Amino acid sequence: MTKPIRLLLITLCTALFTTLCGVSTAQEPVRIAFMDPLSGGFASIGNSGLKQLQFAADYFYNSKNGILGGRKIEIVPLDNKQSPTDTQIQFRRAVSEGIQIIFQGNSSAVANTLNATISRHNSRNPGQEVLQINYSAVDPILTEAECSFWHFRFDAHAIMKLNILTDFIAKDSAIKSIYIIGQDYSFGHVVADNAVRLLQEKRPDITIAGTEFHPIGQVKDFTPYVTKIVASGADAVITGNYGADMVSLAKSIIDSGLDLPIYTFYAAYDGITATLGADGKNKIRLIHNEVSNPIPTEERKAFIRAFKAANPDHDVTQPRIINALQMLVTAIEKSQSTDPYDIALALEDMRFTNLSGEEIWMRGTDHQVFQSLNISVHTDEGIEFDADNSGFGLFTEYSVPAAETIVESSCQMDRPSR
Amino acid sequence: MTLLRKLSVWVAYLAALLLLPQLFDSILAISVFNQMAIAIVFALSYNMLLGQGGMLSFGHAVYFGMGGFLAVHALLMLETETAHFSIIWIPLIGGLFGLLAAIFIGSFSTRKAGTVFAMISLGIGELIAASSLIFVDFFGGEAGISGDRTYGPTFFGIDFAQNVEVYYLASGWVFISTVFMYLFIQTPVGRMANAVRDNPVRAEFIGYSARHVRFISFCASGLFAGIAGGLFALNYEFITEENLNAATSGRVLLMAYIGGLGYFIGPIIGAVLLTLMNSLLSNYTELWMLYLGILFLLTVMFLPRGFAGFIMMHQLAWVRGKLRDLVVPYLMTGIPAVIFMLSLIALIELVHAEEASLHIYGLTLDPAAAGTWIALLLIATAALFGTRRSLPQLRAAWDTANHIPDEER
Amino acid sequence: MLDVLIFATLNGVVTGLLLFMLAAGLTLIFSMMGVLNFAHASFYMLGAYCAYSISLYLGFWVGLLVAPLLVGVLGALIERYGLRRVHQSGHVAELVFTFGLAFLIEESIQFFWGRDTKNYQSPDILDFALFTLFGQEFSAYRGFMIAISVGIFIGLYFVLTRTRIGIIIQAAITHPKTVANLGHNVPLIFMGVFGAGTALAGLAGVIAGPVLTTFPGMAVVLGSIVFVIVVIGGLGSLAGAFIASLLIGLLQSYAIASDVGMQDLLNVFGIDFPYDHPLADLWGLTLPQIAPILPFLLLILVLIFRPTGLLGKREE
Repeated sequence: MTKPIRLLLITLCTALFTTLCGVSTAQEPVRIAFMDPLSGGFASIGNSGLKQLQFAADYFYNSKNGILGGRKIEIVPLDNKQSPTDTQIQFRRAVSEGIQIIFQGNSSAVANTLNATISRHNSRNPGQEVLQINYSAVDPILTEAECSFWHFRFDAHAIMKLNILTDFIAKDSAIKSIYIIGQDYSFGHVVADNAVRLLQEKRPDITIAGTEFHPIGQVKDFTPYVTKIVASGADAVITGNYGADMVSLAKSIIDSGLDLPIYTFYAAYDGITATLGADGKNKIRLIHNEVSNPIPTEERKAFIRAFKAANPDHDVTQPRIINALQMLVTAIEKSQSTDPYDIALALEDMRFTNLSGEEIWMRGTDHQVFQSLNISVHTDEGIEFDADNSGFGLFTEYSVPAAETIVESSCQMDRPSR
Repeated sequence: MTLLRKLSVWVAYLAALLLLPQLFDSILAISVFNQMAIAIVFALSYNMLLGQGGMLSFGHAVYFGMGGFLAVHALLMLETETAHFSIIWIPLIGGLFGLLAAIFIGSFSTRKAGTVFAMISLGIGELIAASSLIFVDFFGGEAGISGDRTYGPTFFGIDFAQNVEVYYLASGWVFISTVFMYLFIQTPVGRMANAVRDNPVRAEFIGYSARHVRFISFCASGLFAGIAGGLFALNYEFITEENLNAATSGRVLLMAYIGGLGYFIGPIIGAVLLTLMNSLLSNYTELWMLYLGILFLLTVMFLPRGFAGFIMMHQLAWVRGKLRDLVVPYLMTGIPAVIFMLSLIALIELVHAEEASLHIYGLTLDPAAAGTWIALLLIATAALFGTRRSLPQLRAAWDTANHIPDEER
Repeated sequence: MLDVLIFATLNGVVTGLLLFMLAAGLTLIFSMMGVLNFAHASFYMLGAYCAYSISLYLGFWVGLLVAPLLVGVLGALIERYGLRRVHQSGHVAELVFTFGLAFLIEESIQFFWGRDTKNYQSPDILDFALFTLFGQEFSAYRGFMIAISVGIFIGLYFVLTRTRIGIIIQAAITHPKTVANLGHNVPLIFMGVFGAGTALAGLAGVIAGPVLTTFPGMAVVLGSIVFVIVVIGGLGSLAGAFIASLLIGLLQSYAIASDVGMQDLLNVFGIDFPYDHPLADLWGLTLPQIAPILPFLLLILVLIFRPTGLLGKREE
């Protein structure tokens, strides 16, 4: 081949290559990681969250015009097996693949680890920062002592929820004595300590019949604890338990013939509602954000129906994931950038109207979201959208608007300078 | 082997450790290499106990974890300037604490070997793991404790903020630890550990206390497990109860076993293999634990001496120069076997797939189409058939390669 | 005080007997073959899930009969085609095999049944209170559990010591070659015993499933405690396993029921510690908090002072 022809060929190839590259960058998807347990003992919750995020991304954006001028959202699942060590490993994988936004929610311990890791990484690698979208870890410390510019929480934290829960309990004059039982770790202690404090403020006449801690996931049979509850003469039980610990506790209480109200954070969905069934009717209550039955807007009903059609064996268990995604995309569009720093600035103090028609607010000082808090009861009456296809679901009895849920924060955030 | 040959093996080992990041320099690769480094030291320390000393322990992660916890506390002390030393010594600090823990626990647990020892180790492991959730001040509760490795005096200007720098430090410690663990085996107590493993009564008859020998092996393995824990603390800058528990103990047992207990290099192979499976496989499929379980079963049933054992089986053939005769039969049996396994995996994934399409091996398959199923089943059956057909030839070739004719004896 | 004591004893007995059902199978397998079956809790889990599926279509009682049989047959097949092959490679190999088997069974269960909690309910016939004491009901189902466990103990004891096949099994434990020489099919006996052991584990699963919740983590929760029981009771002793299970069940139950803590102990000696003392965690310990680790403490003590267990026969 002669020199000029070779030169021509090289030029043509380069031109073709760069055009293709150019074309592909325009269509390159915005990659968002979802880091939660997708295998092992806690997989059902992680998988359920992943499905909701993927569905929301497709429903709102990918099936329509995409974001940032036609780019699709790609949800990258990262299985951390609910282990802090694997969280680190998966984090490095995310960084290695250039992913800059990570959704995470299960386990406050993991969220804490991720928060510390991301802070360190971001300070050591300016320009390659990562954003943490915390959709479910409710340890208050993440928006207090350990608050970080790169962390945003989309669920009301434990003290906010307890505030409203204790308000609700205080209104019931029939309750004179309460038993608090929880898992023996930071979250369980936060629930117990703050429940005691808040109840003492609101209803000094209520006695705390007992505070009990048990190791997580180790108690096979809660009947001995139920014996103590009975012996203490309590009128109600408060617990922050989740997963198998929650359903075992609830079943033991019900099986022992005790007819007392059980106030929980997580006693629904992922098979728990089905297992509690008729035995738990009107006994179990949850505090959560996002109103449950009756669903207030047609938009949200349409979303739930569409989700059920695509995933008949799953439910929309965590609407806050959808809120988080929508607010995130709004921030991306507003800042016209996928750089975490720009997104973070856009997210701070954002006010957004979600699917349920209510305005939610992301406070800039500590990156904590505020929306309505609701107390719902496990029942089969008035349930349009049930859980676990069981006929039973959550009926919202008591709702508190966002403005009344706001609490102060001690967060002193180190803001990066750019 | 001559001294020169032996030295060249060690030089090659060091070279491999140092050159790996040059070949694969993505962030993910460095992360995996760091994991491997930690796993190698941990698995080798376990082999001192099980392979050399014959002591099956279900609680070895305790020494790993204890070393790690003290290492992170040391990092915190550097941060608050209560202490002042370079972080390159952190693994040693971890090792010393592991040694301390081993001395304390070994004092009563090494009296008997066998099942009693195994059960005590299980009890201790569970006890300490559970206690770590109760003593929140030292162990940090569920979230563990975390530190920052960039404090303290720099080492020739390096502050170890980057993972690659930590890798080079870790590989240095891996090399030193491997050398020392190898040398331990050559010492009298190391040799006696083998003797006590095989025949404790006879060892006593020639004047050695079986209990003393076991105790020393136990403490030495605790030291190196602690070093591995220190490396973990440096790499991840945190440590939790999870690193002390029975699952971690189980993992190191599997690493050592799959690699091959009877050979020094066995745990190294096992550590590398299991690290790759653990960290990479779970990225491609949710069912990785299922495959891991199948791998264990198959290894135990068909390769009881581990992968190192499998490689060493060929030693005779290699010495006699008959290895190339085995190449073709291996390919003839191996390729259909691999195809069979891949198609079986595809079938399992297909059954499990919930979405409209399955992405596997770079292809996109449709679970709803009957054609996909039929095609895969046919491929699997054909591959199985092919494997069985060529197995006798492989056996014959093996016998020929290993058969020493009377003239050569 | 009395009501707490009575219920604590009842709870302890129920838990203890449930643990015995699991431990019985494991003891049988260990005394027969010297194999520490790590997959034992997985067979328990399999029993629960199979019974759940069967109960959806044919009711609880059919599940009670059929599920243990299915699990037993699977166990026997695994012994014949898997374990037997591994037996010649030594004890560590068998252990790793059962380890891998545990993984495999648990993952397969999640593969076929999914990862969420299953709604396995106890039968309606037993859905009444046997008696009510001090405001707490004791359900008939728990009474049923006690009855079955005791029945298993008596039945196994009877079979092993009074029937012909039992005597042969006992002989094969200590003198397998002699028994083979006498013309008995020892490998078949091994297979049968392994199958019986896993069937017992499956039965425990069928019965415990409704009470202890049927979910993917159910094997992990019970796994190590069963080993503790078998070792404390004495490897190879059925009566030992029975006593050890009751002991541990009662110990945990009483520990949880009490409110005693280190503070009380220290107060006896008149010592008081401030709240920010470095060892505050230790002084703040209460008995209910450490209840789940008491069995392991007991295990270590037993192994140090009486390595063969309480009633141990087989010396390693």
